[in-house]
Formats: sequence, C-alpha cells, structure tokens
Amino acid sequence: MKHYSAFAVAREALRYHTGWERAWRSPEPKKRYDVIIIGAGGHGLATAYYLGKNYGIQNVAVIEKGWLGGGNTGRNTTIIRSNYLQDPSAAMYEKARSLYEDLSQELNYNIMFSPRGVMMLAQTQHEIRGYQRTAHANALQGVQTEWIGPERVKELVPIINIDGPRYPVLGALWQERGGTARHDAVAWGYARACSAMGMDIIQKCEVTGVRSENGRVIGVDTTKGAIDCDKLGIVVAGHSGQLADMAGFRLPLESVALQALVSEPIKPCMDVVVMANTVHGYMSQSDKGEMVIGGGTDGFNNYTQRGSFHHIEETVRALVETFPMISRLKMLRQWGGIVDMTGDRSPILSKTPLGGCFINCGWGTGGFKAIPGSGWGMAQLMATGHSPLTEAFTLDRFREGRFIDESVAAGVAH
Amino acid sequence: MLTLKCPFTGALLDETELNCGGEAHRKRFGPGSSDEDFETYMFTRENPRGVHFELWLHSYGIGKWFIAARDTETMEVYGTYPAQTTEPPQEVIDAINAKHPGWTWREFS
Repeated sequence: MKHYSAFAVAREALRYHTGWERAWRSPEPKKRYDVIIIGAGGHGLATAYYLGKNYGIQNVAVIEKGWLGGGNTGRNTTIIRSNYLQDPSAAMYEKARSLYEDLSQELNYNIMFSPRGVMMLAQTQHEIRGYQRTAHANALQGVQTEWIGPERVKELVPIINIDGPRYPVLGALWQERGGTARHDAVAWGYARACSAMGMDIIQKCEVTGVRSENGRVIGVDTTKGAIDCDKLGIVVAGHSGQLADMAGFRLPLESVALQALVSEPIKPCMDVVVMANTVHGYMSQSDKGEMVIGGGTDGFNNYTQRGSFHHIEETVRALVETFPMISRLKMLRQWGGIVDMTGDRSPILSKTPLGGCFINCGWGTGGFKAIPGSGWGMAQLMATGHSPLTEAFTLDRFREGRFIDESVAAGVAH
Repeated sequence: MLTLKCPFTGALLDETELNCGGEAHRKRFGPGSSDEDFETYMFTRENPRGVHFELWLHSYGIGKWFIAARDTETMEVYGTYPAQTTEPPQEVIDAINAKHPGWTWREFS
C-alpha cells in the first residue's frame, strides 16, 4: 500500500496521476479463512480491521452482497455523538467518538472528521428534564456534554428561530466534540487498511447459506462457492434476519425505512449539527453546502429503501418553523435506508446459539457514529470471547429483561 | 403513500390515517409462561423480506383493527381482513400464491 501524503499528490501531479494504485484489492475467495465477516459496511470492515490490528488475526475475508459501503454506510446523515443516557451506550459511543478523532491519521485516509459540535434541542418541558438528566449522566460517564440555554443556542446557530409558537427552543444538550465525518471514506479507509493487511474483501458475493457441524459454524455457501471458516461474524444491519435464519436462530429485530433528504448546496450558514427530536428532524450542512436532513422512520416493516413523501413533509414542515430560512430551499434527493430496530433501541453485539458465529446488528437509526467502537468491541469479542464494551449488548438480554433502554432515553433520532 | 382497503367499510385508507400495530397472528404468552415463550411473544419477530402480515389500526377513522397481508420488498398489498381472524382467508392466500408460487402459511411465533 502506497502512503497518501502531500508529497504523493505532488509526485502524481507531475506524472499525470498515472501512479495511483487501487485502494484495495478485489481477489477471488480462498478455500478457507480463520474469520469470515459477512457485510462490508463500516461495522464489518471496522471489525475486520481491529481483528488484524489488535489481535493479529489477518487471514480474514469480508464478504459483501453488493458493493463495499453501499448499504446504510452510504445512506446515513453522518452524525457522530456520544451523549447517551445509559452507561453501556455511553461507553460504546464514546469509544467510537474518541477513535474517530485520529482515525484519519491511523488509517492514512482522510475521513474528514469534523468535530463541529452536536446540539440536541429541547422544545418541550419534558425534553428539558430529559436532557439535563443526560448531561448529569454524561458527567459521571466522563462524556463531555453540557446543558445550554436558548441564548447560547441562538449564538451558536444564528439561523434558528428560538421563539416559534409551536416549537420554541427552550435549551439544548450540547456536545462540543461531536460532529460529522465523510461516511463513504470511513468504509473506504477501513477497506484500504484491511486490504493492506492481506485481508480479502470480496464484493458482489452473496451468502446463500451458513454451514454448521455439531452446533458449530464451519463455513458459508456463497454465489462464488463454499468457503470454510473457524469463526463467522454477521454484520449486515437490515438484512440480519435473513442471515440469522440461515444460521438457525431468530432475532428480536424489525426492519424499517429511515428517511433522509438533502437540499441544493448553499453558502455556509450553519456550522454545527442540530437535532430536534420533538419534530423528528435533524440537520447539518455538508462541506459541499447541502443541508443534510434526517427524518423519522416509516411506521411499518419495509425493505424498499425508498423515500416516503408524507414523512418528508412532516419533517420539513417542522424544520421550516425552526429554521425559517430553509423555506425556499429546493430539495435535491431523498432516500430511505433499511434500519434494524430492536425492542430497546440498543444494538446487539453477541455470541449466538450457533458456536463460533457472532452477530453485530440492531444499530437502528444510529449506527454510523458507532462504527470504530463497534468494530473494536466486536473484534475483541470474536478474538477472545469477551469484551467489556459489548458485554451488556448480548442477545439474551431480552429474555433476561436486562434492557439498555435508549428508546425512552434518546427520543426518536438516535 | 401506502394505501390499504378497510375490510369493514371498503374505504381506501392512506397510511397517514392509520397506525401500524406490528406483526399479526402472534401467539400470546402471558404470566406463567416460560422465559423463552415470553421472549418470543414479546420481542422475536419474523421480519420477513417478502410476505408479511401486520396489524393496522384505523386511528383517524372508525377505530377498528384489521390485518393486512403485504409484501415488504415490493410494497404490494395482497389483502386485508378483520383482526378477529386467526388465519388468513383463502382469497388472500390465493393472491399471495399468484405472486409467490409455493408459498404456504404457517403458524407464526
């Protein structure tokens, strides 16, 4: 792998950019790997990367049905924050956020992490109490957040209307070191680093079956033939149910479409991320100048990955009241991503009833921000059988009633 | 916009008039049941990519529950019937079989 640097850019400029090599190889699958990860999204690639980096397990294949980073990794609104209420969530998301800080340097790939600050608006009395409680919890967890009043909100976001009749801004939970990153680059950076370690990333290869013997996984059947493995990681977000079915167990998941849209590019007007959970909307401005807007989820199971007009109308209607200047913006694109929701709105990182088979799913509407932490914990779990980061997120917590209830704690958009 | 036909009045209902109540035809396990059965009832879902049965409430209307047989991949609706039905009616099964030959209904959960 050639090192990316300012010098490399200058060198290639002098020879008409003929010397760039492909960022990752596209090999044919080998007969056998120590570990197979199904799903080359951010979480799958991060898992593979930390397996190699932290545990020296480099005989790894990452198998992807479509193309690398083409699922929810490329469909989210790129927000990174860790202001969660429950301890296990705060630990996981803060680990991820802190890894994001120097991920560009570590991967030698610019993921454009921009810690511009994330603001969660309180627009009801209930939210004020909720976010103040979260701010106190974060202080105990060592996550740096603070409760700010409406004047400070207006100072940080001049385009906001803080005294709207329906949705007045009463304050906000502010995380200064939250922000955004270039979502595709996170997948690409991990893929490049995995490939450089000798791992095989096999795209356009669909897993059609999971093979097991005496209650232990021995390999997978794919559209490119059977591949053997010692350990299997299923990291496929919305399609986890299908893979779990192949592996012979069921999951407490429902797949729904989460809506997002993006406006035409405009001059810089808002340099923080603003989330308004009361109205199911959040907004940030991308480096290109587009306003990136996230909405709510469809209320029913759905695998269609398409937008829903009435949800967009609801989201935009409320956001226009909070941000009057966006009323004349044209929206360029809208889309839906299939998110896998658990009963307590927290993810599952766990061993499964099938020996040697691990699952990482259920990130729901908030998986992007967790990618490095999720990969770190999942790699530890797969390599050593235990991880303090993932121990609360087991599959059997539903049977035992040990919920990590973020559905109440974090409102809608998390 | 998803549109469902009310099995009681025959009216066509937009999804904005309705609330989805999740997977239908679940077998209820209440107090006294085993942990496994209760977990299955409470949390585990079929979550199919394809034919799905789900409960809908006409909340901004007549306030009645009904079941819709729907395809989660194509958004096609195969039929609706009252929630007091324990198995899908034959015409719904026929409509599903026309699109998915060989599909059979089974007891969920």
